[in-house]
Amino acid sequence: MSSVLYDVPGPRGRRRTLIWSAVSTIVFAGLVALVLWQLASTGQFEADKWEPFTRPGIQRGILRALAATLRAAVLAIILSLVWGALLCVGRLSERWWLRYPAGLVIEFFRAVPLVLLILFVFFGFTNSFENLGDRLEDTLPPSLANLLAVDQLGTLAPLVVALMLYNGAVLAEIFRAGIHAVPRGQSEAAYALGLRKSQVLRLILIPQATRIMLPAIVSQSVVVLKDTALGFVIAYLELVRQGQLIYNQFRNIIPTAIVVATIYVAVNMTVSLLATWLEARQSRRYGRQAVAAAEAAIPEATAF
Amino acid sequence: MDVLLANLDGILAGFRTTLSMFAISGLMSLILGTVLAAMRVSPIPILRATGTGYVTVIRNTPLVVMFVLIVFGLPEVGIRPSFFVRAVLALTLYTAAFVCEAVRSGINAVQPGQAEAARSLGMTFGQTLGLIVLPQALRSVVPPLVSILIALTKNTAVAEVFGVTDAAYELHNLIRDHPQAVYALFFGVAAGYIAITLTIAGLGRLLERRLVVIR
Repeated sequence: MSSVLYDVPGPRGRRRTLIWSAVSTIVFAGLVALVLWQLASTGQFEADKWEPFTRPGIQRGILRALAATLRAAVLAIILSLVWGALLCVGRLSERWWLRYPAGLVIEFFRAVPLVLLILFVFFGFTNSFENLGDRLEDTLPPSLANLLAVDQLGTLAPLVVALMLYNGAVLAEIFRAGIHAVPRGQSEAAYALGLRKSQVLRLILIPQATRIMLPAIVSQSVVVLKDTALGFVIAYLELVRQGQLIYNQFRNIIPTAIVVATIYVAVNMTVSLLATWLEARQSRRYGRQAVAAAEAAIPEATAF
Repeated sequence: MDVLLANLDGILAGFRTTLSMFAISGLMSLILGTVLAAMRVSPIPILRATGTGYVTVIRNTPLVVMFVLIVFGLPEVGIRPSFFVRAVLALTLYTAAFVCEAVRSGINAVQPGQAEAARSLGMTFGQTLGLIVLPQALRSVVPPLVSILIALTKNTAVAEVFGVTDAAYELHNLIRDHPQAVYALFFGVAAGYIAITLTIAGLGRLLERRLVVIR
């Protein structure tokens, strides 16, 4: 698309491109060299700063923390899908006493910083969650209790609940866009056959909208995954918190931050690839415009 | 409620920090993001690759990790500006990647005929982009840019954990000292953030109406 901005270069254009390429290469190489030199001169590449990552104990700790990150992300995604669906149905309702409160809740949770939500749920309810965790530890089978990390429920639950409240509100807006993206004729035909509103929603709109929205939902999952890093604020033992424990012990902030960032980028890019693949597939099946409409609802729902 | 009212001065001072963090990093990330977008559509392969690489890495890194790297990492290599400056830097570098993507989609949405006409008049890439395409693109991306600025406002709260005494920091301290007042404190401070985001959204709509190009 951007190729409209310049012609296929002739001899002079090629020379100009070459000169500018050379100039920018030198500038970037200079910048990279400056950063590397600064890092090297303060001893960031010394072996003792990186050696901890070769120890099996540290590696196991990082893997456990990655599992904790993924656990929080998966729980938060599942719960926010449910919460978002409820809010969306409320918002689309014909009854004003459902529609207005649902709209208010959506607007409120979209406008409040996630850090505030996490602090609120943590300081307001962490004791109740801890008690619940103790009780679950006694009742659930040990394998399930381990999988859900009920012994950490005091920090896991506030993080997951806050993520659910925020991302559910965002997803509700995505769902609404997805339902509006289903061609009008579909619901008109269903009404003409005598289906009730709930039947139209359940049998006609939701099955089609879900497929249209799938890429947008997966993109939103990346956002949730990144936001689990805020569990750090309330000391939930996820990747960033684990990183903090490591760099407090070995005084290697920069190597640790680089390792943690690399893990996040690798995981998120894998999920993003899934989103891109899904988007291409769904666009082929349901039309580019419908899928793009649902995708466009994400920035509109002010999500990072 | 009493706790909220008794500490109103501190909270308002916190919001002043929040607002200045937002204003500075918002302006800088708009500039940096536009430059990155120009790089990503330029004819120079290395500029395109650098822009793409930057956006890919930053968009997949959590903001908290950016903060750790810059707020805690910079002093390690002997660069020690204040917490505030480091937080603004982290927010700017993070938000610029999202601004870049918004501006780039705006550039792609400008009708090809515009750029073709500019080229047929003999304009160079810089002239085509700077005089013809970008002015139209920026007008059309006001809504997504406003969303990004609103998200930035909310993201400034992360700086709270990294030693910046903003509104979220005041809330964190107060809520820790007065756990009985958790509802009043949360809804009070949340109302402040909502007021800011609603103001930005309102200004954005105003700007959009002034700038919109009717085709």
